[in-house]
Amino acid sequence: MLEIKNINVFYGDLQVLWDVSFQVEPGEIVALIGANGAGKSTTLRTISGLLRPKSGEVTLDGQPLHSLEPYDLITLGIAHVPEARRLFVEMTVEENLDMGSLRGPAKLKRKETKEMVFSLFPRLSERRRQQSGTLSGGEQQMLAIGRGLMGLPKVIMFDEPSLGLAPILVGEIFEIIKRIREEGKTVLIVEQNVRQTLAIADRAYVLETGKVTMAGKGRDMLNDEHVKAAYLGV
Amino acid sequence: MWVQAEVFLQTLVSGLLLGGLYALIGIGMTLILGVMKIINLTHGQLMMVAMYLAFWLFTLFGIDPYLSLLIVPPLMFAFGMGIQKFLVNPVLRVESILPHNQVILTVGIGMVLQNLATLFFTSDYRSIPVGYASTVWYLTDLWRDSPVELSFSLPWVVSFMLAVVITLMLWFFLAKTDTGKSIRATAQDRDAAMLMGVHVGWMRVITFGLGSALVAAAGCLFIPIYYLFPALGSQFTLIAFVITILGGLGSTIGAILGGLLLGVFESMTATYVGMGWAPAGRFVVFVAALVFLPGGVASLLKRRKLGK
Repeated sequence: MLEIKNINVFYGDLQVLWDVSFQVEPGEIVALIGANGAGKSTTLRTISGLLRPKSGEVTLDGQPLHSLEPYDLITLGIAHVPEARRLFVEMTVEENLDMGSLRGPAKLKRKETKEMVFSLFPRLSERRRQQSGTLSGGEQQMLAIGRGLMGLPKVIMFDEPSLGLAPILVGEIFEIIKRIREEGKTVLIVEQNVRQTLAIADRAYVLETGKVTMAGKGRDMLNDEHVKAAYLGV
Repeated sequence: MWVQAEVFLQTLVSGLLLGGLYALIGIGMTLILGVMKIINLTHGQLMMVAMYLAFWLFTLFGIDPYLSLLIVPPLMFAFGMGIQKFLVNPVLRVESILPHNQVILTVGIGMVLQNLATLFFTSDYRSIPVGYASTVWYLTDLWRDSPVELSFSLPWVVSFMLAVVITLMLWFFLAKTDTGKSIRATAQDRDAAMLMGVHVGWMRVITFGLGSALVAAAGCLFIPIYYLFPALGSQFTLIAFVITILGGLGSTIGAILGGLLLGVFESMTATYVGMGWAPAGRFVVFVAALVFLPGGVASLLKRRKLGK
């Protein structure tokens, strides 16, 4: 469904991704794991068009994404829940959700989708007129996820959704991601919380200094000696 | 005692009426600042151009300046969009040692506009001889037993009211429409806005157009009560800059309050210090804001909201 083929990405003269390839099939949860600076966020930013690959291609259902303008990507059914949430902090909860459904068919279904998001996150519903910058960290993450869902994506990408959250909330976020998949969405997730991510992921890729070094089933990876030593601290 | 109160209230009223127009100028600059992250140093010159447009519409076709509100701001909207699209955007793409060469570009545009105006229209002072220019309402006409007597100049009151209406229309646009929300989103987080499907480049163009249209509207409102000459532009660029600093960079409500504050302060300086001292008062406010309230009025509002 989502296919990344041999992408090479640079920041200026510095190459960050080297021939990265992987694919995500419909209904899967696929995880990208790796250390800080391995290029995980860069990969997501390239898929959503904020960065351009120097070579290689990104396709969704066979349609190339890397040549499209970033603002058109959302209409093809890709949502990106960015690292550190990146909410519009001076807007209300509801306005942030509106921003998620600016384009395409999502705009027509805004009202229904909003009710769906509010039923998924009742706490957001209570705070719909509150400025998003005043929400707690967990609520902000929920809003960021909700904003991503507002675009009615086929594929939703999460960048470090558990970052900076209390352990109890981390569990909640992972439950929500599982639920989103059960509702028929395809998930690509980037995480440093490797153990919990591998537990819910169907498949995972390990990214090391900008290269894919391992691929496999989530559960198998949990038992892999290299992964254990490098990422699970066992 | 009553006389002193009367003078004070009259000064306050004039200050607020002036402040309402200042607010409109400040909002335009603050909008552009918010989205583009640059100070538009040709803001006042755009107002000057708009005032000449209104002047000639009146002189050649007899169109009342208040009526030209329907003509001049749309023209200046297109002009502002053109500036952004054909002049500022190409500069944005250039990597340069100067981080803010777009700001310098706006200074250049301002100089060109001012000198073109001098070339075509000479540096003569002009004003529009509208029939209602000296019409005045008195408080005692409305309220017979009022203990104090205040006078309200008709064009000042009308201009102020229209400024309020335009500000409300802008608020509605920014708060309720998708395009308005997209503009605010671009100002708050450009990358996140792009991920939401906002065409950020287009928002920049619209915003520059909108800022120009707002200051053009202010120009139409000023012309019945003010005189016009080419160098007026740089004076108003400074005023807009002071309001923006005073309001807190990029905050619309801050710009409104900043405009009102500056209007009142200038009016007070004129009454209690001396007519010629109003510009000096302006810079006292400017320096005081930078020293004592670097975040502007907006930082006070924010502090209250977060309960800090």
